[in-house]
Amino acid sequence: MTTLKRKAAIVGIAHLPFSKNIGTPERTNAMRVTMQALDDAGLRPEDVDGMVKSGLEATSEMEMCRGLGIENLRFFCEMGYGGGQGSGAIAVAAAAVASGQADVVVCWRARNRGSGGRPWAKTGWRVGGDQQFYSPFGCVRPVDQVAMIARRLMHESGITSRDFAEVAVACRAHARNNPHALMREPMTIEDHQASRPVSEPLRLLDCCLETDGALCAIVASADRARDTRHKPAWILSAAQATGNQTVVMANFHKTPFLETPTKWVARDVLRGAGLEPGDVDCAQLYDAFTPLVTMTIEEFGFCAPGEAKDFVRDGRLLAPHGGLPINTSGGGLSEAYVHGYNLILEAVRQVRGTSTNQVPGCETCLVTSGAGVPTSAFVVGA
Amino acid sequence: MIEGQPLPEPDEDSRPFWEGCRRGELLMQRCAACRRFRFYPRPMCPGCRSFDSTWEKVSGRGTVYSWIVAHKPVMPAFADRVPMVVVLVELEEDAGLRLVGQVRECANEDVRIGLPVEVVFESVADDVSLPQWRPRRG
Repeated sequence: MTTLKRKAAIVGIAHLPFSKNIGTPERTNAMRVTMQALDDAGLRPEDVDGMVKSGLEATSEMEMCRGLGIENLRFFCEMGYGGGQGSGAIAVAAAAVASGQADVVVCWRARNRGSGGRPWAKTGWRVGGDQQFYSPFGCVRPVDQVAMIARRLMHESGITSRDFAEVAVACRAHARNNPHALMREPMTIEDHQASRPVSEPLRLLDCCLETDGALCAIVASADRARDTRHKPAWILSAAQATGNQTVVMANFHKTPFLETPTKWVARDVLRGAGLEPGDVDCAQLYDAFTPLVTMTIEEFGFCAPGEAKDFVRDGRLLAPHGGLPINTSGGGLSEAYVHGYNLILEAVRQVRGTSTNQVPGCETCLVTSGAGVPTSAFVVGA
Repeated sequence: MIEGQPLPEPDEDSRPFWEGCRRGELLMQRCAACRRFRFYPRPMCPGCRSFDSTWEKVSGRGTVYSWIVAHKPVMPAFADRVPMVVVLVELEEDAGLRLVGQVRECANEDVRIGLPVEVVFESVADDVSLPQWRPRRG
């Protein structure tokens, strides 16, 4: 079987300070963070021959090349579907490297979402596409769409708002040790339960942050990775998935209702890396909303279907010694919401051994992107 | 209509659905070859791959499959309605046929999964009626 295993590695990472209002333009941020990630890798813009752009990104590859002074970009593409894309960027970059189409690929995402206003507030007066079937009825915000799924999840599995709170509290506990995290005040289950309802059954503390954030990860071939500044985070496997019943966010037409494309990336990345769920040392699970995490835990087989409500208790999600430490930089819930690109960076830190919530001897770290949209995942290893 | 409320922009696949709503009929797309219902509307049947389809009037009866209560901040068009219940209704014709809508003639406290509902059409613009839901009587 052809595999991606150890043909590419993430060799450089960087992010600009996370902020509600970063105060500098997205194009500037995109170039600055790329320079910092290259520096982290010990590489120069002259080494770059590939780019994977976030579909939400305002800056084009052309503009990046014109700014960074990259004479010849040999590989470039754009990833779609918001929070589903981050791991896919790494997957595509690794595939480009493994097939010889590029040696050093920049994956970046620079967006001023904290200061730029909420995307849903710009919903037009006339809505086409899939949106025509839910926005006119008031199911407009991502939180409304996930709440609709969460209510059914609670009905079918018996999971409760207090169980969702366990996810938020674990992320906050990790954020408290991360000087870059935006939310570092202590949080208890009771704090979560006392937070205001946004879209019942979800509360404010079930929701991720709105953040200005610029992040970059450099994917390089095995040959180049051996000469870089830090220990490479080897890509052991990567996958994307969508299916014939997928809708972005408002995934209300599936049978079974609660299955998402995550089940396919789970199968593919675990098999590709040669791992059982129990072999994963640490996981960065996409957490725009807490129920997405409990659903992902079940779809990856970290527990049996319907048992996430028990799995998340007793500190199991906490570094350093929980059974499955998740989102060890605080995740989208407490570090920054940047479409999951912060999860990618944190996985690299875990494998390097430099996380502020380091899992001792972390050899493998899973990263997932958004559940309930066309999605992606990958595993990095030491 | 409510100022600023998002309204559907029908396309070549969805136009029969919205034209039906305008006439007070709930229509669902159905494969002309294998008779499978499908929603959202699309050019071909994912089951048998036929490109032939019909639009059939369905009962307009269903049950609440899930529901939310939206609170502020919401779009200004919905600000006067919060806390606003939005339901997902599963039609009795087929388990996969589910429509998002709002409930009428029903207190927020009475909404629950399994509540039997029927469609009511609400004219919101000259060219648009939205299918909404109310508890079934009897």
